[in-house]
Amino acid sequence: MSATFPDETPPSFARHPLSLTLNGQHTRVEVLPWTTLLDLLREQLGLIGSKKGCDHGQCGACTVLRDGKRVNACLTLAVMCQGAELTTIEGLANGDELHPMQQAFISHDAFQCGYCTPGQICSAVGLANEGRAQSSADIAELMSGNLCRCGAYSNIRDAIEEALPACRQRVGQGGEQ
Amino acid sequence: MNPFHYSKPLSVQEAVQLAGPASRFIAGGTNLLDLMKENLTRPEHLIDITGLALNDVSETARGGVMIGALVSNADLAWHPLIEQRYPLLSQAILAGASPQLRNMASTGGNLLQRTRCYYFYDAAVPCNKREPGSGCPARTGLNRIHAILGASRQCVATHPSDMCVALAALNAVVHVQGRSGARTIEFADFHRLPGDTPERDNQLADDELVTAVELPAAGFAEYSHYLKIRDRASYAFALVSVAAALDLTGPVIREARLALGGVAHKPWRDEAVEAWLVGKAVSHETFGAAADALLQNAEPLEHNAFKVALARRAIIRALSTAAQGGHA
Repeated sequence: MSATFPDETPPSFARHPLSLTLNGQHTRVEVLPWTTLLDLLREQLGLIGSKKGCDHGQCGACTVLRDGKRVNACLTLAVMCQGAELTTIEGLANGDELHPMQQAFISHDAFQCGYCTPGQICSAVGLANEGRAQSSADIAELMSGNLCRCGAYSNIRDAIEEALPACRQRVGQGGEQ
Repeated sequence: MNPFHYSKPLSVQEAVQLAGPASRFIAGGTNLLDLMKENLTRPEHLIDITGLALNDVSETARGGVMIGALVSNADLAWHPLIEQRYPLLSQAILAGASPQLRNMASTGGNLLQRTRCYYFYDAAVPCNKREPGSGCPARTGLNRIHAILGASRQCVATHPSDMCVALAALNAVVHVQGRSGARTIEFADFHRLPGDTPERDNQLADDELVTAVELPAAGFAEYSHYLKIRDRASYAFALVSVAAALDLTGPVIREARLALGGVAHKPWRDEAVEAWLVGKAVSHETFGAAADALLQNAEPLEHNAFKVALARRAIIRALSTAAQGGHA
């Protein structure tokens, strides 16, 4: 998989200071303008839970929460995240206590190879925050931005359906950003 | 992605002063960054407009709604004013892209997204839209997804947006600002047919920024429907889509709006067909005759003749569903 940014700073292109909240931690970094949020997370900050699948916003493996809303980190420029509150898969659990969505994915065996799972779970938490899914069919429609090549879709849908009430309760208490 | 300079102006005035032929405005970035990763667009300078105060959805004195250019597709689709008064627009937006992309993509950017023609998206092959004068492999190539109306020898690409099809049907008005001032563009005039200059998708000048999209008061909330036909049930571009809106007195049509997506270089409307529907009673035959008239000049290519039959059925179904209050 090719990197989406040149490794070295060409002359006259400045790095930009960036300050954001990442998984609850205040974080300051310097980024090149063309560094995506996904590359910042994986290459500069060592948070490799968010995955690079297609790198074009089609597969959803890079999904993270930005100010509580699910976005594709591969189509987000890091430099445009100044002041953002970001939550990645690494930030969902509370110590050893799994997020209800994580626990539901385990309970329902909602993955096989696991590559799409961090994006699926972050997307599902974003779906819960939106509060729009009223049925199993709604969940399927509103998860269409996350592909699973193993085909674990039915278990993913069941896991989300089970976790939604607990997630909504958390949203009421502030939830994930 | 190529290296580029980045700046983040804090006013529209400052943003348009910074703009030039080698710069691009960026908001959601969902299409622009994809194009840059494919080496199809190589701007020297990105102007981040997300710091501008263009985030409001508000009622206008004329009884319509003004939508700031930075309002995300998701926020717009789920805004109470839009859901209640312009359900056609909500439906169209939610039929497009994925939830993640709808959270990111902006109202202004949706208008400016480029075609998903396979040949436009492949830097290794000629494309008149990408490199004027280089040729159009789609015309004689794999053209199943391409235009059946309004195409030219130079380009058979389609416009990919769902939202724009509803905005066309609703007679939206695009507000833009450039260095020489602000102006408004009727939605029907905003996007272009390809003609001899397919490299130009719309009427914007290099220094002009979309600042808002205005909806007139008439939202056709009672009788409207957005129907999208695609290769899979979700997260795919339209093969054919129809935005249908009616004003009815009993079974009699007082006003009709009909816009098609997936069939042309811009959302396709035929005002003569809409005028013909006025005064007619709602029926399968009436809607079929309207569809036939709208499609009489269709020019299918080798692999997309199915779109003519598909569009005819989609028009009838969308109008029929709209006439039943949007419930199929």
